[in-house]
Amino acid sequence: MNITVNGQPREVVEGTTLRALVEQSKLTPEKVAIELNRRLAKSDKYDLPLKDGDEIEIVTFVGGG
Amino acid sequence: MDLFRIKNFDITNRLFVGTGKYASYEVMQKALDASGCQVVTVAVRRERLMDAQGKSLLDFLDLSRYVILPNTAGCFTAEDAIRVALLGRDLLEKNGNKGAGWVKLEVLGDKKTLLPDPIGTIEATRELVKEGFTVLAYSSDDPRTAVRIKEAGAASVMPAGSPIGSGMGILNPNNIALCLELLKENDPTYPVIVDAGVGTASDVTIAMELGADGVLLNTGIAHAKDAIKMAAAMKHGLEAGRLSYQSGRIPKKRYATASSPFEGVISYIPGE
Repeated sequence: MNITVNGQPREVVEGTTLRALVEQSKLTPEKVAIELNRRLAKSDKYDLPLKDGDEIEIVTFVGGG
Repeated sequence: MDLFRIKNFDITNRLFVGTGKYASYEVMQKALDASGCQVVTVAVRRERLMDAQGKSLLDFLDLSRYVILPNTAGCFTAEDAIRVALLGRDLLEKNGNKGAGWVKLEVLGDKKTLLPDPIGTIEATRELVKEGFTVLAYSSDDPRTAVRIKEAGAASVMPAGSPIGSGMGILNPNNIALCLELLKENDPTYPVIVDAGVGTASDVTIAMELGADGVLLNTGIAHAKDAIKMAAAMKHGLEAGRLSYQSGRIPKKRYATASSPFEGVISYIPGE
């Protein structure tokens, strides 16, 4: 199925979860925050299977003022 | 210790320092240390998924020492600012930092001036207060706008000295003084933090002399030739300004007032 992650289209296998996406990118779930379809997804949503067309933002902190 | 409060946050140091634009994380760490700050600001951005370098800002900030203040920089609508605020809070909750309760709200008008959009700021303030945030809202130095943002529920209004990163200092001290006067009318402990435009230590001093509760800055330190030394200068500038404000300065006068008595002079005095 096709999803969008941080603005980039991506094809993933059925059943892919947010946790799997994060770990595939060698990131730690505690050091990112995630939006699913423009709504904050808290940690309790990380193990639910994603759906075709889902839009995901994976963010973290960077330097800023 | 000279403390103040922003709603449920006890502030132990009046200098808020940003984490952007340092030559390296190591320089940032040393500059933050030299500034004496307790509160540091951070931004929320997309994670690099393909070329993640394994270096995260979070690894370079002592979360037991600093209270992290996430900003909504780069947001041009209230809706986006609210999304970013929620993401920042989630990240800080996961990392057990006290900053999970607050946000530095920026709703900007355009990329060139980075001046705040007052309507978007007020809309976002109302929504974020409903979401339980302690909102510190970046504002222009227009006193009436500042009052409207306070009325929308902001726990602190942060008027700009001059545009973000411009280094022009406090361009309109009279407006900052009016912001302070109106925001603190019948509410003297209402916290006002001058944010943006600081170029050098004397700018911080001026803001504090006017009666600001604190100053937030980033580029003035991060882009100084010696960021660590400038961080120390900012710390001293803040202390000087705060002490001056507390001391009560003399009024400005047109003519001189001699410090040494004229009585007993042995010299010729013109006109006498």
